[in-house]
Amino acid sequence: MLFLNAQRASLIKDAYVYKPDSIIFDLEDAVAENQKDSARISLYNALRTIDYRGIERVVRINGWDTPHAREDIRAAVAAGADTLRVPKTEVPDDILVVEKEIEKAEKEFGVPVGKTLMMAAIETPLGVINAYNIAKCSERLMGISIGAGDYMRTMHTSRSASGIEMLGARAQLVIAARAVGIMCFDTVYTDLSDMEGFANEVKLIKQMGFDGKSIISPKQIPIVHQIFAPTQQEIARAEKYIRTLGANSRDGIGVFKVEGQMVDVAMLEGAERTIALAKAADVYEGDL
Amino acid sequence: MRNNVGREIPDELLIHGVEAFQGQYYLHNKEYKKASPKVRTFVDPAQDKLVPTLKEAIEKCGLRDGMTISFHHHFRDGDYIVNMVVETIASMGIKDITICSTSLGDAHDPIVKYIESGVVTGISTSGVRGRIGETISKGRLKKVAMIRSHGGRVRAIETGDIHIDVAFIGAPSSDAYGNARGKGGKANCGVLSYSMVDAKYADKVVVITDCLVDYPNFPPSIEQVDVDYVVVVDKIGNPQKIANALLRFTEDPRELIIAENATKVLVNTPFFKDGFSFQTGGGGPSLAVTRFLRPYMEAKNIKMGFAIGGITKPMVDLLNDGLIRTIVDAQDFDLTSIESVHNHPRHFEISTSQYANPFNKGAFVNKLDFVILGALEIDTDFNVNVVTGSDGILRGAPGGHVDTAAGAKCSIIVAPLLRGRIPTIRKRVTTVTTPGESIDVVVTEVGIAINPRRQDLIDALKKTRLTIRTMEDLKNEAYSLTGVPEDIEFEDKVVALIEYRDGTIIDVVKRIKGKSVD
Repeated sequence: MLFLNAQRASLIKDAYVYKPDSIIFDLEDAVAENQKDSARISLYNALRTIDYRGIERVVRINGWDTPHAREDIRAAVAAGADTLRVPKTEVPDDILVVEKEIEKAEKEFGVPVGKTLMMAAIETPLGVINAYNIAKCSERLMGISIGAGDYMRTMHTSRSASGIEMLGARAQLVIAARAVGIMCFDTVYTDLSDMEGFANEVKLIKQMGFDGKSIISPKQIPIVHQIFAPTQQEIARAEKYIRTLGANSRDGIGVFKVEGQMVDVAMLEGAERTIALAKAADVYEGDL
Repeated sequence: MRNNVGREIPDELLIHGVEAFQGQYYLHNKEYKKASPKVRTFVDPAQDKLVPTLKEAIEKCGLRDGMTISFHHHFRDGDYIVNMVVETIASMGIKDITICSTSLGDAHDPIVKYIESGVVTGISTSGVRGRIGETISKGRLKKVAMIRSHGGRVRAIETGDIHIDVAFIGAPSSDAYGNARGKGGKANCGVLSYSMVDAKYADKVVVITDCLVDYPNFPPSIEQVDVDYVVVVDKIGNPQKIANALLRFTEDPRELIIAENATKVLVNTPFFKDGFSFQTGGGGPSLAVTRFLRPYMEAKNIKMGFAIGGITKPMVDLLNDGLIRTIVDAQDFDLTSIESVHNHPRHFEISTSQYANPFNKGAFVNKLDFVILGALEIDTDFNVNVVTGSDGILRGAPGGHVDTAAGAKCSIIVAPLLRGRIPTIRKRVTTVTTPGESIDVVVTEVGIAINPRRQDLIDALKKTRLTIRTMEDLKNEAYSLTGVPEDIEFEDKVVALIEYRDGTIIDVVKRIKGKSVD
């Protein structure tokens, strides 16, 4: 999920060339207070005129406690954004109040009600504690995301290479998201000169079960894709599971061995997810 | 008349045997008699070639109004020679001089005042950047400027289309008898390839150095038998600007996508096999291709037969690691390549005639498998512009672009779809420097386009996962983001001729209209 300053036409005009999975057009922190209107207009026109080639278009709106939020929501919905990211969510009401406004805008601009999805950004200890209740509060929520900047400040600590300071929040969020059945995304890594540190963090959050990583530069995209894309070995194993499970279920066999591993129908979902991810990452060459 | 790439060439320019462009191999097998210089013999061993000042050397050469002088651009943006010589000429009251340089850049901005004052009235060059380009585009140069490729310049000199009266050759080291080298001094540039033809064909040859060394300065790039005078000055140039300590490897993700695509094109053609030959420029994506190529070569145990052209560290690294068998070198861009040439047993200096001259008996470019080239603009007929900006002002250099594109079996253009708000791929380029028939593949960040003339490449590349598109489609995508670019308005006055490498006229540059020139 690539963050781009919505005000910067040169950045947003053709960001699809880098093939991120999502672009987050930022109206919030990246935009100076006196430039909020111009960023919103630039965003509206970009979303209306540029074909982002199927890449998910997320808009990070300003917080509900600012004078900008209502107009941000109207502009994003009118322009057909796929998802609105709500900053600093701490309680379910933070989502519900925005949801109401989205629905109003959908009706105003003739957008099918319910089409615009939401993502909750959780950036404070209170938000982390309430992660499950936030995640389940709206049908529109496609995922929750952790934002480290404010969280570090409110936790009285700072980022480190090991990421130990983020462990509690990351674990809480990913469990909450899985419990509800929506996606979970990790925070940004701001040191663009340290690609090794970035890769280590991406490996860590993948292992924890996150669905993706927020990024601040196209430079970081290949690393995320490389780490999240299944290896050819994983793809081959998944193919074997799916094929053998299919054949065996026809023959009435429930549990069997593949390469020394016990395999049963519970593994099917994981194998299918691996193939789907391989296809999405454009590394799948098989015929499933 | 309208030439082979659809450009209107004013009939009044097509005189004295000058023809409009007819196709890249139109003059194959042409017979001609080479021009020859006037030679002043040097028989008396007691005589000296060393002259105390540049002014005295110019006087001894008999330089006068209306003559042509020449320079090389091995010192790039660090060059002091051109300004030093022209300033001296101006102080001597000589005027109406034509500069025949291998390239002119930002370092030569001070020349503008001598164009305005009539000291310099003609320019023949392979590149024009900086204020000189703007001055020519404003129509301030008295004569029509000639833009020639590196190979085309050599051809023009050897056919006598242009005659050099005095060649001024800046040399990092020289002995007092004129054996000059690109190395061994305080400001090294590696090779002196661009000046080799000047030394052979100019009536008078002056070597200018800031490092006089013991006789004989061997092996020489410029030989004593061709040199009339040697002048020692304080500084020939700024070493920091002559050679980069290390060309930075691009981190621009867009350039990396382009380079990766170009590498995939290259390795999937039938020409990628043991012994292949390769040239690339010093630009971001081009350098990256050299780096991306290595793992493919190692994986398939393929070695490069020879590499040519502007040489950089990544190329020298491949040579040192045994992945290139021979480097033939006509220009060096960094300290590593300068150090390597003449020192590594398989890294050789060649002349620009050997490199790219279409009118000798076969240049190195003819033996190229691949060349990776940049472009300012490319049109839907694959024609390339590398000389004028999209504002119509001269700000580029055909250099070896035209020569290598015509010679290589597979010429690959690497360019972004847009530069800022300006489409790189468009319906019609501002100026044609390289004809579409010389261009085989255009690689952008959003896909590649293969010239329909190259069915062999289409067949080879359609089996890959590369996104293959038409130029029309790429252009439409560019226009969908920027809108259709407005045509630039020009006046009728021709300010520069774009000579194809064989001496025919491929395009003209006209004076631009309106306020934008000031």
